[in-house]
Amino acid sequence: MSNEAMVAPLSGTITVGVPVERAFSVFTESFNTWWPAEYHIGEADVAEAVLEPKEGGRWYERGVDGSECDWGRVLAWEPPHRLVVTWQINGRWEFDPDPAHASEIEVRFSEAGPGQTTVQLEHRHLDRLVEGQALRDGISGGGSWNAILEQFAKAAEAGD
Amino acid sequence: MDAYRDAGLGLLGDPTRRAIFELLARRPSSVGELARQLPVSRPAVSQHLRVLKDGGLVVSQADGTRRVYRLNPDGVAALRQWLDRVWDDALTAFQKAVEASSDDFTKEDS
Repeated sequence: MSNEAMVAPLSGTITVGVPVERAFSVFTESFNTWWPAEYHIGEADVAEAVLEPKEGGRWYERGVDGSECDWGRVLAWEPPHRLVVTWQINGRWEFDPDPAHASEIEVRFSEAGPGQTTVQLEHRHLDRLVEGQALRDGISGGGSWNAILEQFAKAAEAGD
Repeated sequence: MDAYRDAGLGLLGDPTRRAIFELLARRPSSVGELARQLPVSRPAVSQHLRVLKDGGLVVSQADGTRRVYRLNPDGVAALRQWLDRVWDDALTAFQKAVEASSDDFTKEDS
């Protein structure tokens, strides 16, 4: 049904100066080392953000007080090229265990040249995060990633 | 392009507005409650709340003598804007981390 496309997916692409295998392993195994710690769901500050490296694995944060808060599950684990995880945090900032309410994040890693990897991210099925009614109102549609990509390009060029 | 930025990222691009948005995500609050948790004045909080409300991210409701602000319960638009910012920051952070680690990696290898 057309419900699927009510909320435009978010997407983004960056190119990083490392080989595909390295990009995948840092993205997943070292998730905790790069995820911006200010983004967390639980009340407590984050001690650790964890992505379990296997299909069906958990994706969660552990707070400084020891509490754990789930974000989603690993749907596809295909090193070094593809990763799909769910994001099950609803508009009330709660984990919703119902798979029918899970949005999906797909990350693809492809070789862009010697020692260069393009990372493409898509966050889709955002409409599943709430019981979809009257969602079309107030949704401004896609587009802001274009602005972000311009920033990436500038930063990358400035970095060199 | 700028219009898009205002409609999308702009609303949550301001750090104080983002902080207010994230506090409201955890708990509906009054202006006073928000101001106590932030290094800004009550009038400044009110000003930011007005912008968030005009942008459809936040709604308010009278509760006795005070007014309580919460995220718009038809919250996908709000959630989408927040996530857009999350992925922007996350991918930038990933790029920095992976390239920094690659320097160590290359040194170890050689």
